Amino acid sequence: MSDGAKGLSRQQMCDRLAMEFEDGWVVNLGIGIPTLCSNFDFGDKQIIFHAENGVIGYGPLTGAGKEDLHLVNAGGQHVTLNPGAAIVHHADSFGLIRSGRIDVTVLGAYEVAENGDFANWKMAGQKGGGIGGAMDLAACAKHVFVAMEQVTRNGRPRLVERCAIPVTAKGVVNLVITNYGLFAITPDGMALREIAPGVSVDEVKATTGCNLLIPSEVPPVKSRS
Amino acid sequence: MPKSKVFASFPEAVADIPDGSVIGFGGFAVVGMPINLYEALAKQGAKGLTCVSNGTRGGSTMPSDAPTMEGLIGNDQVAKVICSFTAPTRASQKLVFSEYYQKGLIEAELVPQGTLAERLRAAGAGIPAFYTPAAVGTELAEGRETRVFNGREYLLEEALPLDYAFIRAWQADSSGNLRFRRSQRNFNPLMAMAAKVTIVEVEEDFLPLGAIDPDDVHLPGIYVQRMVKVPPPPEGRWPQRPGEIAKQEAERSAR
Repeated sequence: MSDGAKGLSRQQMCDRLAMEFEDGWVVNLGIGIPTLCSNFDFGDKQIIFHAENGVIGYGPLTGAGKEDLHLVNAGGQHVTLNPGAAIVHHADSFGLIRSGRIDVTVLGAYEVAENGDFANWKMAGQKGGGIGGAMDLAACAKHVFVAMEQVTRNGRPRLVERCAIPVTAKGVVNLVITNYGLFAITPDGMALREIAPGVSVDEVKATTGCNLLIPSEVPPVKSRS
Repeated sequence: MPKSKVFASFPEAVADIPDGSVIGFGGFAVVGMPINLYEALAKQGAKGLTCVSNGTRGGSTMPSDAPTMEGLIGNDQVAKVICSFTAPTRASQKLVFSEYYQKGLIEAELVPQGTLAERLRAAGAGIPAFYTPAAVGTELAEGRETRVFNGREYLLEEALPLDYAFIRAWQADSSGNLRFRRSQRNFNPLMAMAAKVTIVEVEEDFLPLGAIDPDDVHLPGIYVQRMVKVPPPPEGRWPQRPGEIAKQEAERSAR
């Protein structure tokens, strides 16, 4: 990590999730850490990036001075369009979200619970909140992936038994990447699938606030598919 | 010959907006945001407004002095906001809205972004209410009507009609047929469809009737009542490149 934290860098975290994207998938990336998924080299796979503001098929960020001032992604960053891109208005953009046309959304989170609930729109005790498109995406995307740090700034686990702060959606998360490893939400609970280099299973357990299903041999986080 | 929809200036276009109006503002990040109309309404001074928009500001990609809903709030013109963001998107971002909200000087209704878009679309489509899966099981759904369709729970949401829509478009002909460029479309057509009166700031010179092919119209002129051409800078407000914004912000903080 750039800030000296243990385990995977943010880009490595997003690279691992991006390996799960399948050819032809329509992908929506939340603002913050998840946007780094678009830096992954998808090789021959065709991935269509969708943004809440109605852009279907955007490409890399534009260089300084080359911005099209009419074109941004959901994070307000100036992007390019890939050949075959299309643009719709906001109601159509969310119509395609609610009707299940997003194969995966990658979101940031404050907490993910072992039952697949997650929270990302309101901190404890906060008045107001920032939902953006997260509730629509979380409720309706075919897969919901979360990218977040293993613990809070104060060292508290973000992987928990039950969310303590208001949830964004219930029982929707499939896969979580943190700087410590890759976790899956299964019918039996939260499972540790892969572990970051330099991190021990005991360290993962000590920083996780719920039971973990741990195989006898935990493979390292895949660095390339 | 019907009265022309073209107004000579932004102050004239917003002169009659009464206190207590419900106004929807298009735009996402700074793109398609009616920054000239925001500025004119702040000068006009109507009070007790309900303001509908994606957020109270335009994200990080705009100058700190750009006119947004934040200016209206700081001017004590706003009674209530209806937005998908009622908190800063980053901890470092300071909002005038947050200050007013903490002190209880302003009401806020927080709505998921897709629900906001659909409530506007419904208002413009003659649909009083609809069911959506978004926000089911969350704090926002507490005490509200839900219904199960095909085994899945949905939340009842009502249409959101507006008195006025303030929007920004790329091209317009003299009848008010509009075209938007790239992600400028966002909430703009929906605000117009939901409103009784739509006021548009137009980027390019007005086109003659027939210059826009009917197949290429993004929003028909029947939704548009008033239009003003955005003058070139510095008189008119235009989005700027991040590099230019950063330079200006550095100069501003050095002062």
